[in-house]
Amino acid sequence: MEKEESSKIIRLAHGAGGVLQEELIKFITKDITLKNVNNGIGVEELDDGATIPLKDYDKEIVITADGHTVFPLFFPGGDLGKLSVCGTVNDILMMGAKPLALTSIIIIEEGFNFDTLQKIVHSLNSTATEACVAIIAGDTKVMPRGTLNEIIIATTGIGIKDKKIKIVDNGLKPGDNIIITGSIGDHGTALMANREGLNISTDLESDVSILIEIFNAIKKEIDENLIHAMKDPTRGGMAGALNDWASKSNVSIVIDEEKIPIKKQVSAICDMLGLDSFNIACEGRALMAVDSNQSEIILQKIKKTKLGRDAMIIGEVQKDNPGRVLLKTIVGGTRFIDMPLGEPIPRIC
Amino acid sequence: MDVPGIDILRRKDFTEKIINSINRLAKEINRPLKFMHVCGTHEHTISKFGLRTLLPKKIEILSGPGCPVCICPAADIDKAIEIGKRDNTILTTFGDMIRVPATNISLAELKAKGADVRIVYGPNDAIKIAKENPDKEVIFFAIGFETTAPLIGYEIQSNPPSNFSVICAHKLIPAALELLMSQSLLNIDGFISPGHVSVIIGLKPYEIFSQGYRIPNVIAGFEPNDVLLSILMLLKQVRDKRFDTLNEYSRVVKPEGNLMAQKIIADVFESVSSPWRGIGRVSEGGLAIKEKYQDFDADEKFNITIEKSQDIPPGCSCHLVMVGKLYPYECSLFRKKCTPLNPIGPCMVSMEGTCSIYYKYHKEEG
Ligand code: SF4
Repeated sequence: MEKEESSKIIRLAHGAGGVLQEELIKFITKDITLKNVNNGIGVEELDDGATIPLKDYDKEIVITADGHTVFPLFFPGGDLGKLSVCGTVNDILMMGAKPLALTSIIIIEEGFNFDTLQKIVHSLNSTATEACVAIIAGDTKVMPRGTLNEIIIATTGIGIKDKKIKIVDNGLKPGDNIIITGSIGDHGTALMANREGLNISTDLESDVSILIEIFNAIKKEIDENLIHAMKDPTRGGMAGALNDWASKSNVSIVIDEEKIPIKKQVSAICDMLGLDSFNIACEGRALMAVDSNQSEIILQKIKKTKLGRDAMIIGEVQKDNPGRVLLKTIVGGTRFIDMPLGEPIPRIC
Repeated sequence: MDVPGIDILRRKDFTEKIINSINRLAKEINRPLKFMHVCGTHEHTISKFGLRTLLPKKIEILSGPGCPVCICPAADIDKAIEIGKRDNTILTTFGDMIRVPATNISLAELKAKGADVRIVYGPNDAIKIAKENPDKEVIFFAIGFETTAPLIGYEIQSNPPSNFSVICAHKLIPAALELLMSQSLLNIDGFISPGHVSVIIGLKPYEIFSQGYRIPNVIAGFEPNDVLLSILMLLKQVRDKRFDTLNEYSRVVKPEGNLMAQKIIADVFESVSSPWRGIGRVSEGGLAIKEKYQDFDADEKFNITIEKSQDIPPGCSCHLVMVGKLYPYECSLFRKKCTPLNPIGPCMVSMEGTCSIYYKYHKEEG
């Protein structure tokens, strides 16, 4: 960053999945010496996870790590326990790997209550069981009151995949179709609507869920490398994920606004708060870039799953304007979709 | 949000009809036309829906001084920062105000350094904070046009707690427009006027433009087809050589405005000559809290004067962007040294600022 003051202090926006977060991650990773194992995907690729190719075998291990905090701890549609499994397991799935196990570190603030902890652990366990993922190791720490807000869970996910499956952020090819597996922005919007001081009554629920059913439905296409990229649009939302792809793959992505599935309440709340629904986090959706000849078949398979009912083909990959994401708006105009900057903050009305 | 019939204002088939009529009229008139809006929310709609890409090349839509965050003078932010530095103080304001660069630092930087700066959705949230923290001074940094002034006026009238006060940086739209017109080098063929300000003030204050300066004027809503309809209504006036103030947003704006809100403003505030960032001092261009409510006037309470401030940093062209003389991409710093992450001028910060909207939605060349 050019401006000195801003580079000295870490701000909230540095954790919000936008350009600032990218800067923070680069700041940390530049000082790491050994960045990959056996030339697998390492920390520098900033992909959903890393791979450790196993010498003499045609398999590789996939590792992802994620720290989770959420306020409030229990929100419509989920809680911290569920969230901390979904986030990590989905990252493994998004690399085309079968999730095997999790480790979990729980850091708790002094004074936290056992009942609440139990609810979170139960939820963590039932979510992991649903995906047949074992929790094989862990650690706990208790921190003095005030040094941390309630509880943080950090999970590491371990999965396995064939070496020949290549689902990576730089895998998009001109002509590919873009699929989203369900409505965008539910998680972030549901949370915001429920935060203190924002008295919006809504039945909107977070979409937090494990994407395993969708993954299994399209396993054949994954094995045949017909899916060129997959990503769960968490922090930074759809706009963040698409921009990431466009710049890493050096292509443009043209999205048709009319096709984007979005719930009425999500648009309404975002409009009201002056937020861009494209930037709002999902926790149970996947974006895919798929071979255009197979996109209809893949879409139909996804639509048959419970989570993927509302899946849509929302756009395509093109050659012009490399690195940019364009939107054909609902009234027919064209504009850019930019990389979100960070912390979405409501605008004056 | 759930206004009946609102769907049609985003429907593509209706858009196509309006665009067809716009194309026909533009052809009839057959000369380049410049229309100006004076509202960040209009620019947002125009850019977010890509409306400029639908219009004939001959029609140019300029963006005027309509972003309340952008035109708030650096001195006022400096003042808020000085007050926010005090112990036992909570400074509250609207979301996009906190990142605006002032003379030295922004409120966001003040917050990162440990001051208690909070984003609120409105003055009522600030009052709530004041009630919850009786041992602290809670200040609401009030910016905005006629739209937000009644909300703050209402809170001041309703006996707020004594630890609550307001930095009043409200501005009045018609006065600034008149200043622009009187210096007129702009050659504007018509104004698209802001719907929400008009909800409060009604149609009358605009008549000076249509009658006095003979410039067609249409008050417009904020859906894409609202804006396109207002452009069509301007074109008709241009073709027929009429100079009227018309109301496209009649589902919300009444000709007389909101009398109750006008009464609150008149009771709590007085209009004063006031500096606009990038534009200069505008007579009758702002509001100040009347003496009878001075207990809630942060100016009176903390008595802070800012000696020297800098509105437009070297190299920044916000003062030209704000009056439609320059497109953001014509500024040499745009997308290079100046980005929303590292904003040089105020127009790059707010979500209603022209430079930041162009950064977000437009191609490099516009
Ligand atoms: S691009 Fe930046 S420097 Fe240029 S006018 Fe806009 S805010 Fe000022």
